Amino acid sequence: MRTSKNLPAFVTAVAVVLGLSACSGGDDGAGASRAKPTNCTNKIVHEDATRVSVWAWYPNMAKVVDNFNNAHADVQVCWTNAGQGQPQYEKFQTAISAKKGAPDVVMLESDQLVGFEIQDALVDLAPFGADTVRRNFSEGAWKDVSQGTAVYAIPVDGGPMALIYRTDVFRKYGITAPPKTWPEYAAAAARVKAAGGPVFGDFGSNVPAVTTALMMQKGAQPFGYDLSDKQNITIKLDDQATKDVLTFWGDLAKNGLVGKEDQFTTDYISGMVGGKYATYVSAAWAPGYLTGAGVGGGTEKGTWAVAPLPQWDPANPVEVNWGGSTFAVTSQASDKAAAAKVAMGLYADEPSLTDGWKSQTIFPLNTGVLTSTEFVDARSEFFNGQTANRDVYIPAANAYRGAVYSPFTVYYYAQLQAQIVKLNAGQTTGAQAATDLHDEIVKYAKTQGFTVR
Amino acid sequence: MPRAVASDPPGTAPARRRSARRGALGWLFILPFLIVFVVFLIGPLAYAGYLSLYTKGLATGTTFAGLDNYTRAFGDPSFRKGLWFVLRFSLVVIPLQMIVALVAALVLDEVTGRLARFSRLVIFLPYAIPAVLGALMWGFLYSPSFGPIEQLASVFDVRAPFLLSQGNIFYGLLNVVTWQWAGYYMIIIYAALQSIDSSVYEAARMDGANARQIALRIKVPMVTSALTLILIFSLIGTLQFFTEPQILGPIANGTVTPDFTPNIYAFNLAFRYAQFNYASAISFALGFVVFVAVAIFMIVTRKKGSIFT
Repeated sequence: MRTSKNLPAFVTAVAVVLGLSACSGGDDGAGASRAKPTNCTNKIVHEDATRVSVWAWYPNMAKVVDNFNNAHADVQVCWTNAGQGQPQYEKFQTAISAKKGAPDVVMLESDQLVGFEIQDALVDLAPFGADTVRRNFSEGAWKDVSQGTAVYAIPVDGGPMALIYRTDVFRKYGITAPPKTWPEYAAAAARVKAAGGPVFGDFGSNVPAVTTALMMQKGAQPFGYDLSDKQNITIKLDDQATKDVLTFWGDLAKNGLVGKEDQFTTDYISGMVGGKYATYVSAAWAPGYLTGAGVGGGTEKGTWAVAPLPQWDPANPVEVNWGGSTFAVTSQASDKAAAAKVAMGLYADEPSLTDGWKSQTIFPLNTGVLTSTEFVDARSEFFNGQTANRDVYIPAANAYRGAVYSPFTVYYYAQLQAQIVKLNAGQTTGAQAATDLHDEIVKYAKTQGFTVR
Repeated sequence: MPRAVASDPPGTAPARRRSARRGALGWLFILPFLIVFVVFLIGPLAYAGYLSLYTKGLATGTTFAGLDNYTRAFGDPSFRKGLWFVLRFSLVVIPLQMIVALVAALVLDEVTGRLARFSRLVIFLPYAIPAVLGALMWGFLYSPSFGPIEQLASVFDVRAPFLLSQGNIFYGLLNVVTWQWAGYYMIIIYAALQSIDSSVYEAARMDGANARQIALRIKVPMVTSALTLILIFSLIGTLQFFTEPQILGPIANGTVTPDFTPNIYAFNLAFRYAQFNYASAISFALGFVVFVAVAIFMIVTRKKGSIFT
């Protein structure tokens, strides 16, 4: 009886670790597998060509992949959607640690690049002819994907931010012009609320990238980091700008002027459709995702419009960015030259880019598109015929000065999210949240072996 | 074979050979299980144990850490907070599940007929639904925009509480877990009840016991071993709480933090923050806590009664 008594406990102890270790157990150190990827979502046009596996989540990806495969007889893309954003990064991170299982080419947002570069998970594309596509991009766009002479990814789209709003709600509550400054935004929110209207916007905890962008707009520079000096990092999250922005949004949420719902959830989207939010502080790619989720159709058709992002100091406007993705070649790619060719050529052809920007799924960074009259003068269907690119998004993209990200963006976002949750629950103040966040990130950086300055 | 055994006195060489052969045959039968056991259980366990002795920093690379990860784990506020949550949760969810399961089993044991069979199936059904789907379904039911709870409340012109908010998630999860497991435990108790000889009831009735007395004085004591089994199962399961909060996390407005329970913490450490070494240590630390909890429980119950003998 003795042994059987201890058995459940033993089995438990075993089972606890099983889940984790089973996934990391395949560390054979042999590097990439040479097998041809076969579980493609798309159709392979040229069976004998080199196959390159790709993870990406752009809504129009199927079309983009077909365009590429039809145009290339020597290389074929085998595409998988491994989840949008975080879920995909988790899979990629696991594959890096396991040293196998990663795709040849992976879609990454620019704020994630450094975190993977520092783990040597991405290939420098400069020796594979990245310079040939360099002239398609602006200086700033190229800077976001490179470190010194090394090029870690090929940019596809950016996320210049703006104020998306509902004209019917504005009209109903007598907001004649979209707010130009953040104090005006708060005043308009109070006015709508006082008249019994819906919440003005949303301070969602699950979009820490937005909050970070808004902090940077006020002048915060959370991180200073350069891969050529791996050990050293500058962290400054307890500065006045960060405190001010967290206080501003925390107060709006506390006073019920903006919602506290997580974004991209079914509840949030249904709220968007039903006019529960008067504005949406978001990026240029948002309309594509919203239409895909059923926003802006039916009776809401033509109710949306877009204005430049409100400013703190209208005399010195600052434009910020949310998201924006790239294609990187992983160090596990079996045929790096072919993979580089895909990274440079996928979503870079004219039909794909046009399809992307017309559906407002992407805001292209390709200067050829950015300067074409068709793009500049395009009338957005989602924004009721507004020339959104010319009036709002192109100026915002041109004024964007870039950002510096840390090598532990995922951890930073998780901690910022925790602080926003506390802020929304009224358990902390904006200033306290900034200080706690700073301390937590500094502590983490130290445990990871960084020297914090 | 009987003849051979009879002709050779026990302990002689041929007999030993035969028993060795029989032993080898036994190993052969157990081999498929053994291979799976070693490859998928012992091997990964050993590997995770090995990982937990090292530490890896983004900027420093991997170094040998000895037991540092373990001292760090038990001093880690995230790990402690998660442990505290699952311990508190166990204290409420386990008695609740057992009471629901026991009452349902006692009632079903009394009634017979088609309705009883149907009820048994319905109560068991939640367990047959994968935990992931169950959690997703409850996520919909709890939804503040289109869930039925909210719609019901709006009939009376009030707002229903959001059961996944920071203050309510304990109860929200309590409901999901009880719904999921009570039926399964009910079947175990019911099976134990069915195995009781009906002559015992007959004797009790002749002594003048009514239905309630039979239930409490005869049935419950006779299924205590089943109840103990359930208790251990649910203790182990609850301390490793993972699936339901992980699935409901994305719609819980950040209430399900990356360190919500120790298992979720280990998952996030490994797959989001690339800290497989520390995640392994956290997992072993949790395994240790589960081991201790079950051991304490067993010692306590052994003193009280004769459940294990």
